[in-house]
Amino acid sequence: MPSAGEAWRDCFRAFYIHKFRAVLGKNRLIFPGEKVLLAWSGGPSSSSMVWQVLEGLSRDSAKRLRFVPGVVYVDGTCPVVSTRRLRRVAPRTWPYPILGSPVVMIPFCLHLEGAACGQSREDRAKTLSDVKRILQTLGFPWHVVTLEEVFALPPSVLRCSAPEPVGTVGTYKVAVDSFLQQQHTLEAEGVGDSPSSAQGEAQPSQPCTQDPQDLAEPPPAAQTEALSRLFDSVKTLTAKEELLQTLRTHLILHVARTHGYSKVMTGDSCTRLAIKLMTSLALGRGAFLAWDTGFSDERHGDVVVVRPMREHTLKEVAFYNRLFAVPSVFTPAIDTKAPEKASIHRLMEGFLLRLQAQFPSTVSTVYRTSEKLVKAPRDGCASGPRCLLCMCSLDVDTADSATAFGAQTQDFSQMQPPTPLAEAGAPTVPCRSAEVGRAPNCCQGTRPCRREDSRARVIKQLCYGCRVNMKDVPSLDPLPPYILAEAQLRSQRLSPEIQEYLLENSDDKAHTSGSGAWGPPEQEGKDGQTVCDCINKNIFN
Amino acid sequence: MPAPQCASCHAARAALRRPRSGQALCGACFCTAFEAEVLHTVLAGRLLPPGAVVAVGASGGKDSTVLAHVLRELAPRLGVSLRLVAVDEGISGYRDAALAAVRRQAARWDLPLTVVAYADLFGGWTMDAVARSTAGSGRSRACCTFCGVLRRRALEEGARLVGATHIVTGHNADDMAETVLMNFLRGDAGRLARGGGLGSRGEGGALPRCRPLQLASQKEVVLYAHFRRLDYFSEECVYAPEAFRGHARHLLKLLEAARPSAALDLVHSAERLALAPAARPPPPGACSRCGALASRALCQACALLDGLQRGRPRLAIGKGGGARDEEGPPPPPPSDPGSAPGPADGECGAACKERCE
Repeated sequence: MPSAGEAWRDCFRAFYIHKFRAVLGKNRLIFPGEKVLLAWSGGPSSSSMVWQVLEGLSRDSAKRLRFVPGVVYVDGTCPVVSTRRLRRVAPRTWPYPILGSPVVMIPFCLHLEGAACGQSREDRAKTLSDVKRILQTLGFPWHVVTLEEVFALPPSVLRCSAPEPVGTVGTYKVAVDSFLQQQHTLEAEGVGDSPSSAQGEAQPSQPCTQDPQDLAEPPPAAQTEALSRLFDSVKTLTAKEELLQTLRTHLILHVARTHGYSKVMTGDSCTRLAIKLMTSLALGRGAFLAWDTGFSDERHGDVVVVRPMREHTLKEVAFYNRLFAVPSVFTPAIDTKAPEKASIHRLMEGFLLRLQAQFPSTVSTVYRTSEKLVKAPRDGCASGPRCLLCMCSLDVDTADSATAFGAQTQDFSQMQPPTPLAEAGAPTVPCRSAEVGRAPNCCQGTRPCRREDSRARVIKQLCYGCRVNMKDVPSLDPLPPYILAEAQLRSQRLSPEIQEYLLENSDDKAHTSGSGAWGPPEQEGKDGQTVCDCINKNIFN
Repeated sequence: MPAPQCASCHAARAALRRPRSGQALCGACFCTAFEAEVLHTVLAGRLLPPGAVVAVGASGGKDSTVLAHVLRELAPRLGVSLRLVAVDEGISGYRDAALAAVRRQAARWDLPLTVVAYADLFGGWTMDAVARSTAGSGRSRACCTFCGVLRRRALEEGARLVGATHIVTGHNADDMAETVLMNFLRGDAGRLARGGGLGSRGEGGALPRCRPLQLASQKEVVLYAHFRRLDYFSEECVYAPEAFRGHARHLLKLLEAARPSAALDLVHSAERLALAPAARPPPPGACSRCGALASRALCQACALLDGLQRGRPRLAIGKGGGARDEEGPPPPPPSDPGSAPGPADGECGAACKERCE
């Protein structure tokens, strides 16, 4: 860092804060007085974001921020991690050791590799107390939720609610003007900025709200165990990370909806978003890149996720946090200490950061390309069924199309008629569970099993990327009940009038191509609606 | 432990496991399935109508060999006739041996072969000459940039010479996956917008081209070539190590280790990308010099050759100069001038077919 006097610190700070404000101001999505939930993970970027908001709301900031913040922290990275260590980011990004005084560090504690639940209760409680200590200094309403609470979520969290009527730029300006006018009036009347009228500042003396479940008690052991069981059953780290991300998103969404927040801010930095874009690409989420990495993500309808830190690189965040003593809490992530080849996320991160060392504009190039993506499905039909897990419009084609999806659902090696040496009589396709190594207490291949139907039902409601992830989840039973309940509800909604005609055991699956992980092939009906495969078997041609 | 029975014919012993599904198949059933899949791609994508005269870009490598072989098997069913077109870029120590392989194949399959050479088409400029011309500037030589663009022109010329109506190339799923990764890493929004389908329909007088092997993974192509005992040339191009594509290829190998379906997942992503209208290339016109399809006054081939003739080989490379991208202001100069991610690999809408193995 240049050491030409101390003036550079002020310049850097001004530049950093300006970027934050500029991103918010340019997009004009956050209206004055709006309730915004800050998703804080304890990590550097989200800590920096929370700090920016704190400073931005203080009286002496140049132009005060006008929204009403709250903070949410999701506790629950325990499911997999067995050892704790600093996340291994490329050395360049962290030029100074992150052991300075303002950063709260958990002392190293080695567990045996392969322990099912990494953090012991004591460590978890300690992390929580550190988290709470920081949250209490903020002065905003804060919510701490444990990941185990996913088992108590209602199915409605997966539904896209109607969005609030969003105004145009004109409306934004009008809203700002009227807000300012209201402020002036209040000040003129000598009321001052009382919390009730201004809604813009939480008094430090205001008791901090928190969830009804007091966190002095840890979550019930049954739930923790169920969570461990779920994550242990997932075969690859990639799928685990995706699942964790999905569950966390649903949890935060639920908190936002319950407490009336219409916006959620996440602290994704430019570097993280570039990595996320490339990762999403590799996971088959090319259709949704604009939602996954853009400034605003409106897929949930009433709650909009915004990413105000998207123009800050991880390096800048690190410097800022170090220079200006931004408190953060280190919590081990699901892939801390995992080898680099373990998951697509880690691979992509390692690759991009290494390439960045050789071509210094890699991250910014990827980021700039991400800005050119638009939120439009390629064939123009925006209103279609939505993915059960990620809530984006489904991006799967018909099974016999000349596309990557079609290629993976077709199976031409089964088209051979069985020779006389094969089993005579009705050919029974071995139960798929034997092939993909699922629950051993299945039918042992004697008949196509019911489990397959319910799994196929869920798979059919997922987008391509989520389907690929589910291939690594051998059984859907450990999933939290709200997911399965919503899947059940949606499949019934699809075909109510034929429900009564459906037989429970659909026999003769010999012509099913590509069921199992990819779901039964979609058949296009007259009006473009998909017809459940089991119906076709009952229809005599 | 003896191999299991073939899952398809239940008669022979399985000889391989399909990389995609893990299914155990005997050689014959696998090849049949592979051919059926390619047929399906062609039919479902409506790539080659009956009566088409198809120019197969034959390099002697495994992909074009497999492509030519499969299409030859399917030609009666599709009702198309085939011509082999090979391009001689003038890379000594590489292309001569590859061309020998193509000639052997043409003789064995009894297909007409036409060889077009850069030296004839482009005023004496072979790739070796281009490499000498672009060397020594301190930056990468960008040979693949020239080669990719010029080869496509050459292929088009060759196809016209034989009276073809369609051009097919042997790009497989791994190629397309690498292409989309590479285009993102280099920020090539124009190519991202153009790519993703099974080929291009051929606007403005250009011949329609397609990639029937696009949904087949590289491993399966190699397996097919093995089981059909095809004779192909498998060394890498002399200039390949310099290509930026190498990074994308390395990344794809890593991704496939973590998730075997990575290549097809990337192809799916590429199919579904939605780019802003401003990022898309403008509707194509005709090159003012040679009349070929071009999105600017000069087609890229003419622009590159122009630069070479003038002794300024980088004239048409990169942004801000007769560049292929439609970006507005040029990006800020990279902090390290010798290592900018300058377009070091030739792309114009599809993958560069030459790859290091």
